[in-house]
Amino acid sequence: MQQLAFDTPLIFDLGQRGRANKYLPSAPPPDEFLPADMLRADLPLPDNTELDVNRHFTRLSQKTFAIDLGFYPLGSCTMKYNPRINDAMANLPALRNLHPFAPDELAQGALAIMWELERSLASLFGMAAFSLNPAAGAHAELTALLIAKAYFKKIGAAATRRTVIVPDTAHGTNPASAAMVGYRVVSLKSDSRGRVSVDEIKAAIGPDTAVCMMTNPNTLGLFEDHIKEIADAVHAAGGLMYYDGANANALMGNARPGDMGFDLMHLNLHKTFSIPHGGGGAGAGPVGVAEHLVPFLPTPVVRCNESAGAGGWEPSEGKTFGLDFDRPDAIGSMRSFWSNFAHMVRALAYVYANGFAGLTMVSKLAVLNANYIRASINDIIDTPYDENCRHEFVASAQALKRETGVRALDIGKALLDRGYHAPTVYFPLLVPECLMIEPTETESKETLDAFIADFRAIIATARIAPEAIMEAPVNTVVGRIDETRAARHPDLRWHPPTAAAAG
Amino acid sequence: MLDVIGAESLDALVAVPEAVALRGPVSVAPALAESEIAAAFERFAARTPGSTYTSFLGAGAYRHYTPPIVGALAMRGEFLTAYTPYQAEVSQGYLQAIYEWQTYIALLTGLDVANASVYDGATALAEGAIMAVNATGRKALLVSAAVHPNYRRVLRTYAEGLDLDVDEIRYAPDGTTDFANIEARLADQRYAAVIVQSPNFFGAVDAPAADVGSAMRATGTLVIGVVAEAMSLAALTPPGEWGADIAVGEAQSFGVAIAYGGPHVGFIATTASHLRRIPGRLVGRTVDKHGNPAYTLTLQAREQHIRREKATSNICTNQAHCALCATIYLAAMGATGLRDCAGHNLARTRELQARVYAVPGVAARFAAPVFNEFVVAVPGRAADVLARLRGSHILGGVDLGAFYPELADCILMTATELTTSAEIDALGIALAESIEHAATRV
Ligand SMILES: Cc1ncc(COP(=O)(O)O)c(C=O)c1O
Repeated sequence: MQQLAFDTPLIFDLGQRGRANKYLPSAPPPDEFLPADMLRADLPLPDNTELDVNRHFTRLSQKTFAIDLGFYPLGSCTMKYNPRINDAMANLPALRNLHPFAPDELAQGALAIMWELERSLASLFGMAAFSLNPAAGAHAELTALLIAKAYFKKIGAAATRRTVIVPDTAHGTNPASAAMVGYRVVSLKSDSRGRVSVDEIKAAIGPDTAVCMMTNPNTLGLFEDHIKEIADAVHAAGGLMYYDGANANALMGNARPGDMGFDLMHLNLHKTFSIPHGGGGAGAGPVGVAEHLVPFLPTPVVRCNESAGAGGWEPSEGKTFGLDFDRPDAIGSMRSFWSNFAHMVRALAYVYANGFAGLTMVSKLAVLNANYIRASINDIIDTPYDENCRHEFVASAQALKRETGVRALDIGKALLDRGYHAPTVYFPLLVPECLMIEPTETESKETLDAFIADFRAIIATARIAPEAIMEAPVNTVVGRIDETRAARHPDLRWHPPTAAAAG
Repeated sequence: MLDVIGAESLDALVAVPEAVALRGPVSVAPALAESEIAAAFERFAARTPGSTYTSFLGAGAYRHYTPPIVGALAMRGEFLTAYTPYQAEVSQGYLQAIYEWQTYIALLTGLDVANASVYDGATALAEGAIMAVNATGRKALLVSAAVHPNYRRVLRTYAEGLDLDVDEIRYAPDGTTDFANIEARLADQRYAAVIVQSPNFFGAVDAPAADVGSAMRATGTLVIGVVAEAMSLAALTPPGEWGADIAVGEAQSFGVAIAYGGPHVGFIATTASHLRRIPGRLVGRTVDKHGNPAYTLTLQAREQHIRREKATSNICTNQAHCALCATIYLAAMGATGLRDCAGHNLARTRELQARVYAVPGVAARFAAPVFNEFVVAVPGRAADVLARLRGSHILGGVDLGAFYPELADCILMTATELTTSAEIDALGIALAESIEHAATRV
């Protein structure tokens, strides 16, 4: 499977003066309106014909792997198909062109979309309310921890509640978010079953515990079956339970964080709710809270004037909505404007496409597909926690590496040659030579079978001709990258020729 | 498939412990066929007439012309449905596009390096402030009251997490930041950074003068330049040239939809000396094992997946696809197109100013030169005037009373290259009527 290898010089090396496109009529120069000392001397950007721009970016697109091109089993990232109806709805001119300062009475449809989504999420995950403010998962974690801090301040416990408990399987954003709220991070070791040990967590909990951050299923793809006991213990100590919902695709409709005893949670809508986030964003990370934390949600909150909204989704027709900024206990705001609204449109379109039964089936099939791959390769590669997994599982290439020198990284690269994206590698950190595989529910059995066959072929080759795997990828437009050079001699931008010549 | 797995049934495979089983009832929006979904959203759209009104709204989200080539290219499935380019060998295209974005932002801001994007302008400011705190070891920030109120609110929210003090500098009578006694305020070296926005929230060009800049440097205080209207960078002296150590801002104006506030795209640029404090992704150019040029994510030792609680930021997912839209937009517009665009913004804004100032009772509130927005004082409450303008299907601007109680008679108005003379005239007429109407009622 050969990737197209067009030459793509930088856009800055293509352009020339005199090749401008006529998008706008000619305008008087800025110095007719402002004094010269307020104006820049030059604008060293290229002019390119539209054809050159078109060909440049079309060629770049052909050097970019995507869900639309092939199977993308990148664990923890839930790279499912992104239905195009979602984008079409987000691009309806009335929604796409709406200004955030348009008055509420002229934005009722947009507010209704946010409210219907918020109510659906609250019911589906068992929380009292969601804020649609945060722009991504990490942003949501920060939001939630600020809510926790405001809550402890309100009850007079901010000075003592200084630590956040984070299992070693947690995503890097969890401890990084805790640090941004000034919390000390207490890291918990997983037990031999790949779970948080109840004894260990009980030993870690104390009067200083602010929040315990858990991912369930965790990043090993395993359900934390003692979650209720853990939540009870944290609550007994006066702490709050936080649910990292990046893995919500594993249990949506089937179990709810609210029922498990979580006080705070986030969703990665861009993963679970089929939102494209090309190149690594934009995402959306709604934060859900239990009743006692609702007053602390960031502003604005979408208010329905005719419904208390306690009972989950209701039709929005006939109701009126407003953005509520007047919330004295709110932590503040997390972003310039109200939400990544275009993604709220996409997410609600996805809820409409599935309904409750459909969303539940999504998570069931995600689990089925993951287990099918696991059970089809666990005879040729170690799967350290070899039990039924949830929506993803981890394999370890440690034994293979010992025998053949072939590492997890090499397997990933060999998969690239065969037209797949690599699994997540070297995360979570506690599994040596880790490969984390998440197929998602949108892939057919045929795709899974083809992947399994290719995966098996790679392992078989590794055993007889390991160099062939360590050479991979060979079918891509470039070979393995010199990362050391990239970091030692950072080249992060193009320089105009004159500036470069000057030094 | 169940046989291969050795599971009895799908339900058995997905079962959870009884103690945490679903406690219904769950109520989510009902399942619809795709044609019905389209109809449902057309109904939402019909309940959203605000986007069809003649609009003079700006204040951090701007209506600009976007050539259709931007959407045509950005919506290609390869771009739309990729994720973070962790596997560089199959992501060279996106990586190169982000490298080009970093270059565009560095060139536009006049600084050495830019990152691969942050969430939006306000979070860019918060992240930039954290960079300054880490660089100086100081725990306080001094922000101009003429910085976008939403940005300041986000800054204060983030500051709460890190126990940072945020103090303000008031604005001067001409609508710029009042730097009059800045030397005295910086003397005790408490502040990690002074934060100034140019053009500021009132539209005024607000780059600090050279002597103000030296006062800041003399006290080891960093300068953060905020840019909420990126189009201004096509004409105004960029932050890197007027003395900012860190430039933060919002690039929505470069071909990204307004979309009721997001997703937009934040940027952070800085000098080479602060490179290792930059939050989030950075793309670097290097070589592959054959010595051919290649791109990759780099300097990752700053980031959460490596450093966990010691990372420069928690950001992981950013706004890459919006940054891609902006990159395509900048490539298509070129220097010539951007300069023309900036010229039209300046021209249209002056036309709008002339028209509204000609309305009896309406006056300029501030005298400082502006880019594409400005503040007008009206008789009575701005909120009432704006409500009456809505009767003529006009969104006349932002009521400043919502942010500055002392400016309750002021409207922030914006004109861009898309504002027509007919629209400006319609506003002039409606404004005059609205003010007469109010006067006759008194
Ligand atoms: C388990 C987990 N938590 C948190 C995050 C952070 O989410 P985001 O990248 O949207 O900030 C991710 C994904 O990147 C994740 O996989």
